[in-house]
Amino acid sequence: MLNDVTFGQYYPVRSFVHDMDPRAKIIFVIAYIVAIFLADNFFGLAAVILFLLVAVLLSRVPFGRVLRSVKMILFLVIFTAVLNLFFYAGESAYEPLLQWGIVRITWESVVNTVYLAVRLFLLVLGTSLLTLTTTPVSLTDGLESLLKPLSYIKVPVHELALIMSIALRFIPILVDETNRIISAQKARGADFDTGGIIKRAKAMIPVLIPLLVSAFRRAEELSDAMDARCYRGSKGRTKYKKLRFTWRDLVGFFYFAALITGVVLLNVYLGGRFEFLAWIFQ
Amino acid sequence: MEAVRFDNVKYSYRENEDVFAVNGVTLSIEQGEFVAVLGRNGSGKSTLAKLINVLLEPTEGGVQVFGMDTSDPDLTFEIRKNTGMVFQNPDNQTVASIVEDDVAFGPENIGVPREEIGRRIDFALDAVGMQAFRHATPNRLSGGQKQRIAIAGVLALLPKIMILDESTAMLDPQGRREVMEVVKKLNREQGMTVILITHFMDEALQAGRAVVMHRGEVVMDGKPEEIFARSDELETYNLTLPRAAYICKQLRAAGMPVAEAFTAEELAEEICRSLQKA
Amino acid sequence: MQIVAKGLTYTYDAKSPFASQALRGVDLTIDEGEFFGIIGHTGSGKSTFVQHLNALIRLTGGSLQVGEFDLADKKCDLRALRRRVGMVFQYPEYQLFAETVEKDVEFGLKNFQKDLSDADRAAAVAEALETVGLDYESVREQSPFELSGGQKRRVAIAGVIVTKPEVLILDEPAAGLDPLGKKELMDLLHAIHGGWCKTIVVVSHDMDEIAENCTRAAVFEKGKVAMCGAPADIFRRADELLEMGLDVPVTARCARILRGRGIEIDTDFTCDDFARKVIALWEKGGEGRAQ
Repeated sequence: MLNDVTFGQYYPVRSFVHDMDPRAKIIFVIAYIVAIFLADNFFGLAAVILFLLVAVLLSRVPFGRVLRSVKMILFLVIFTAVLNLFFYAGESAYEPLLQWGIVRITWESVVNTVYLAVRLFLLVLGTSLLTLTTTPVSLTDGLESLLKPLSYIKVPVHELALIMSIALRFIPILVDETNRIISAQKARGADFDTGGIIKRAKAMIPVLIPLLVSAFRRAEELSDAMDARCYRGSKGRTKYKKLRFTWRDLVGFFYFAALITGVVLLNVYLGGRFEFLAWIFQ
Repeated sequence: MEAVRFDNVKYSYRENEDVFAVNGVTLSIEQGEFVAVLGRNGSGKSTLAKLINVLLEPTEGGVQVFGMDTSDPDLTFEIRKNTGMVFQNPDNQTVASIVEDDVAFGPENIGVPREEIGRRIDFALDAVGMQAFRHATPNRLSGGQKQRIAIAGVLALLPKIMILDESTAMLDPQGRREVMEVVKKLNREQGMTVILITHFMDEALQAGRAVVMHRGEVVMDGKPEEIFARSDELETYNLTLPRAAYICKQLRAAGMPVAEAFTAEELAEEICRSLQKA
Repeated sequence: MQIVAKGLTYTYDAKSPFASQALRGVDLTIDEGEFFGIIGHTGSGKSTFVQHLNALIRLTGGSLQVGEFDLADKKCDLRALRRRVGMVFQYPEYQLFAETVEKDVEFGLKNFQKDLSDADRAAAVAEALETVGLDYESVREQSPFELSGGQKRRVAIAGVIVTKPEVLILDEPAAGLDPLGKKELMDLLHAIHGGWCKTIVVVSHDMDEIAENCTRAAVFEKGKVAMCGAPADIFRRADELLEMGLDVPVTARCARILRGRGIEIDTDFTCDDFARKVIALWEKGGEGRAQ
């Protein structure tokens, strides 16, 4: 049963990170991503990892829970890493470690591969910390607020945000409904578990059609209910919940400013990623 | 003051066809009244309700809400502000994933300032007894609780009329009781005009007036007790008596000297009296 | 088929932080031929229980025997079981899917009896539709989505009874219908009960409905069977039911008040019987006075 507002992966505790303004968190994640890509040597990456560790500690989300998000992209990372390892196209300053036809592994490709994998993992870990500490609803609010300037060039920001929050609200309802319909059709002898992919896809029709019909019925009722409650778009609308930056967000600002500065300084003083190789081979 | 007025209203869902869901209804509802609308499925009850808050506009005739004509597009907003409507399925009328955000939806739409919205949420949640669930998520609530939240969402607009379109149909008995308690309290304490569309005869008994619809027409209109006393007529419209009234009718047919009774309590009283007399 | 449940337990989301125990040891026997009612609050475990009966929820604790099917047996033939134990969910009209009424109703037949000839199948669909009070010829080609609410529900029920299940389970079959619609539906259930459909199990919130239709009933409370017996025996314990926050029939409520005033009415709690008993009492009193 995904019967919760915490749909997605929100981890329901209160913490420093949970209590930050969603807009700030979105901006910080962007800053964090920038830092990952700016960091051009292992010390820079180490700095990013350190900052992430502190953030995770502050969020009170267990490490295991954060790491679980990596599982989903593990295959993708291994796949691109392997490609990167075997088919490094650049020049190499050192003897290749392995040469077999077009497959060539060099010291540079090893470094690049490790680098790529670490970057991807950090990317996923950081963004999942955002979704672990922010409810989908407040994430939507944050995005709406940040994208508000776009409404001046006629982008329907409010409408898009409303659509998103309604979708979030109805997901658990539709999940329940799907389970109920599956049960009802199973009771009539429907078989969803055997046969090839085409047979299984066909078996889903008696589930998908009622689900679709019900989604439309619900949409119609919801639109009546919204009309009845005087909804008429963003025109003349006020907002009850105002997002407010607090001291936490200010702390966050300095924190990420420090991270970016640190990464840039490390680049300047320690050089790019291959300097490290030269340093080892000296 | 007259809250709602129907003047020979007809409504057809299909254009250019003489099939009317509402067929020549003339009806007047005073402010502060509690009116139950009865009738079989498809008798035009819901259509009648939707004509009041301009979800539908009459094909013929006119509907007025506090003197405002529903066919005037400039008044739609003002009419809807004054006529809250609660629907059947508690799941399909909640917009937000948190109770207080959902209650805020209406006031936000009409541009109520932020602080005032907070006060209105307090008022509305108190009125339905759901203050404790302010930060909860509707998905986790019972049907009766969800419907009370829906009522709060409507109350936050400070309407003068509340329309409940079979709002208890999908609830269990406990949920129905909760909702009826809230509705009766609103009517009693705040003078809210209530229009309750229902299949449950015992709910109709709690209203001050009952209107029976049959094939798009208002065929009976009066105090619930008067309506249920005309049981033969009620039968022709395929409606059944409340069970207590049905038993009472049998007792009277057998010659027992009991007065009209509509609830278990009244029936017990009558039986007791007549047995002691005997 | 006799249904025997012993010590049935079930927990939703067993290994998650949202775990909730729905059944806490249900012991219940439903005999063949019964019109059995199941009463209880939302969340009392009654829906979870009935979904065990045709293995839509697989047994995880305790034992359950439905006819010759042992539900604890991993190799239990679910298809054969489900063919003989039909299930009508709440608001079944929301599960209609096919483009015509005929195709929707025959869905179960096609799944359960694949070797049936076209003519036999059409005959079975026609019979099912006539049983629920619809005219086969006039509705077979119609889209189920264009029918009225009440007709949709009939079609959905036809889609379950088309395979003539020996046990028919219905979860609040009359929810949302108007009073006459409810009565028609109950009449329909009585009409099929006793023929090929030997046992009917109805989950209902409507106590008057239980009193008027059921041979026996069980009250579920917090995942257990709190009471079980003939409706008369259950509703005689109106005080306990009210204490659980459940409703009681109008007759039971009335009888309870009268008992408080020293008037005992020995009734089965149907309206007609209640009226008869009151009249008998009154006439007796009248005779007493006349003498």
